[in-house]
Amino acid sequence: MNKTGIQLKNIELSFGNTKVIKNISMDIKNGEFFSFLGPSGCGKSTLLRLIAGFETCQKGQVIIEGKDITKLPPWERKVGMVFQSYALWPHMSIRENIEFGLKEQKLNMMEINYKVDKVLELVGLKEFASRYPNQLSGGQQQRVALARTVVTEPKVLLLDEPLSNLDASLRVQMRQELLALQRSLNLTTIFVTHDQEEANTTSDRIALLKGGVVQQIDCPTHLYDKPANLFVANFIGSANILKGNIRKEDNLSIFESEEGFKIPVDSKTIGSCSLLLRPHTLNITQDKDFHMDGVIKNKEFLGSMVRYFVNIGTREIIVDSIHSKGSEVLGINEKIYLKTNKAESYVLNNE
Amino acid sequence: MLSKISFGEKGLFFIIALFLLVFLVGPVIQVFYVAFIDVNTNTLTLNNFADFFSTSLFRESFYNSFYVSAMSVVVASIIALPLAYYTSRFEFKGSVIIQSLGFIPLIMPPFVGAVAMQLFFGENGSVNLYLENTFGFKIPFMDGLNGVIFVQSIHYFPFILLNLSAALNNIDKSMEESAQNLGSRGFGLFRKIVFPLAMPGYIAGAVLVFIKVFDDLGTPLLLNVNNMLAPQAYLRISSIGIDDPMGYVIAVVLVVFSLAALGIAGWALKGKDYSTTQKGGGGLNKRKMGKWEAVGAYSIVIFTLLIVLSPHLALTMLSFATIWSYSIFPDAYTTAHYAEVFTETPEFITNTLIYASGAAVLDIILGVSIAYLVIRSKIKIRKTLDYVAMSALAVPGLVLAIGYLRSFSDIELPNGQILASWWLMLVIALAVRRLPYALRACTAALQQVSVSLEEASENLGASKFKTIRKITIPLMAGGILAGFVTSFATAAVELSATIMLISSESDAPLAYGIYIFMQSASGRGAGAALGIIAVIIVAGGTYASHRFMEKSRKQREVSSEDE
Repeated sequence: MNKTGIQLKNIELSFGNTKVIKNISMDIKNGEFFSFLGPSGCGKSTLLRLIAGFETCQKGQVIIEGKDITKLPPWERKVGMVFQSYALWPHMSIRENIEFGLKEQKLNMMEINYKVDKVLELVGLKEFASRYPNQLSGGQQQRVALARTVVTEPKVLLLDEPLSNLDASLRVQMRQELLALQRSLNLTTIFVTHDQEEANTTSDRIALLKGGVVQQIDCPTHLYDKPANLFVANFIGSANILKGNIRKEDNLSIFESEEGFKIPVDSKTIGSCSLLLRPHTLNITQDKDFHMDGVIKNKEFLGSMVRYFVNIGTREIIVDSIHSKGSEVLGINEKIYLKTNKAESYVLNNE
Repeated sequence: MLSKISFGEKGLFFIIALFLLVFLVGPVIQVFYVAFIDVNTNTLTLNNFADFFSTSLFRESFYNSFYVSAMSVVVASIIALPLAYYTSRFEFKGSVIIQSLGFIPLIMPPFVGAVAMQLFFGENGSVNLYLENTFGFKIPFMDGLNGVIFVQSIHYFPFILLNLSAALNNIDKSMEESAQNLGSRGFGLFRKIVFPLAMPGYIAGAVLVFIKVFDDLGTPLLLNVNNMLAPQAYLRISSIGIDDPMGYVIAVVLVVFSLAALGIAGWALKGKDYSTTQKGGGGLNKRKMGKWEAVGAYSIVIFTLLIVLSPHLALTMLSFATIWSYSIFPDAYTTAHYAEVFTETPEFITNTLIYASGAAVLDIILGVSIAYLVIRSKIKIRKTLDYVAMSALAVPGLVLAIGYLRSFSDIELPNGQILASWWLMLVIALAVRRLPYALRACTAALQQVSVSLEEASENLGASKFKTIRKITIPLMAGGILAGFVTSFATAAVELSATIMLISSESDAPLAYGIYIFMQSASGRGAGAALGIIAVIIVAGGTYASHRFMEKSRKQREVSSEDE
């Protein structure tokens, strides 16, 4: 089961003089739900289009199930792609759209009809078969685009920001459907998105990209808990990052920030570094024993928690505190102290 | 939202409705009415149509008009298709030339170039003289109907080129890529995806060409091809008189055919406006040309350019030629023709400026008012105004003019002149003919102005009228100006309504002057000089219109960046 589905080897890709992909390599396992995540312009869509054969790389190889497909034209690759715009052909009915790939495979009509009916049932659009794309809602069009691709039984499924054209509530529903479909077909899937929530909720592993370079490939929890660098720490979730130094004091590692706060940490490294403090790991207290004293400058009540914006010296620190029924929300300009949790803070190299 | 309809809106609606009724609907109904009335008994009858179809000249004319229109579509398609293919499919440097090919023909009214074309391609024109001297044969480019087809297709192919290119550019590349992704390629992909998606654009252009050619009076008239429908109608009315029903019957045939062609196209294109259903619309994937492909492409593009420029070139040469007859090039060159048209017949130019600007002013007043009523007011039947104004598209200039002659000939002005041949009637006729274009420009401009901008003004205390004057109109300015110059430039060279309605040379505009001059061999030089002036007016107007549109588009972009 764990044999490699897709292998990217030392991919370099430029548009003119602009390097878009810089020496990217990765292995994606068979049946894995894998995401390319990153801000716009990071090269994630280009990488996906490269796998589909719509871009050509100057260096490197794309290998699917052990076969080098780098030089194959798009129509010989058998990788299914769902486009951001869905790319449903407006002059064809839903059935005609879905049949298209099967007809290209020269299957007989009986087989085609059987498969189309089955996939229409799978995506719950059986009664819409004779309609045209413009008569469907966004979510339905999305399902047709998926059906059109998976019906051809591709080796891998490529999804290019497939949820970005849907409204917020539908997006959550569709990503669950998408995941369920992927699990039931056990289809190796690459999902391109700029939305970390989408990537986190669906993916087995995520490759976080920036500027054409892979920053980290890991499962969602590791990306959050153990970011490889400052970019990852900032991109995934909310982060308070303090710059400073670690030194040993009576056998304890003490982090001293540029602003002068001393925070005990669990770390073997010594010297210049950054400290990542996730907002929910900080506690607000009135106990003067703690070194970080500050003033609440703003607050947002978010239901399950209250987000405080605390000024500590010149720094603003975000603190998320869990809200329970009846607990009181602190007021603006209230003086407080911040307590850090040694086990939850994470030391990063300055890069 | 305000739900009451103000007195001003009602008044405006009434005035415009009355105008359209008197100057568009009424005259057209008159034409239909006369076509279906027995002259002697004054009863409803189909006899006039029976007469029409039993006269062999009319049957021939009908067939010829149809044949010429269809062949013009074919030839125009042959010119346009490779050009559209090159621009949409390749990274082709020659695309700039192709873009200019899209408007160069349109700045010269076809009838203006028609006579000049004969000097190039006619029986004894430059090309055939050369061919006969060197190879001993001639090609009948300009013989009879061929000439009309040749001149019309060179003039109107941009309609197909522009519409088809627009349709191709509206096809998102993901349409093609998704097909490739599912295993499709090459010609199969073109046939199944690209062709059907581009078809609506092609049909829209082709229908436009068909109708324009079918209705055109000037070109066949100047090429002396009289056995077609429009010239027959003109000749019947001008020689036999406005009581002869045949002219009206032909007019009805022209209108019905135009409407039928539009109807068939509309039916064929029903639900096929793909431009809005595709989300991206970035155009197809373009690839680089190979060396030989580029040679082929440039040959075709430059050859087309030469053909397309030939009327312009021939007209320019003719306007500077002393004598140009039975020779490849003119005997000598002179500026005398320009001197002649400016000193001896300056009224052609001044009249044109007066009529065309009058028509254009009328058009934007009507255009802005109708657009405002349709988009902003709550009057229930407001859309009818839009439909009626737009229906002028299906009414050939000839038909409208016949309608005017019939409707306004019995009315005498205080100075004894007949109302139908008063110059102001021509201005109104020109305005009605061009109203659809001005109206579309104004509607588009007003749609860009968000209601909230007006509401903000009213909220700050400005009255409705003041808001329109201070906010709405200034924001529409670019579109209005573009509408104005388009109306101006095209009204300046309209021939069909003009030659029907103008009765004295002192009232005549350019188009009429060109027509008169071109009748005689000795007047051709002056006619060509007038033609060049007409081309300059239209070209200047087209350029100005383009600039105004660009400017207001940029303005919108800047303001949306600020948001």
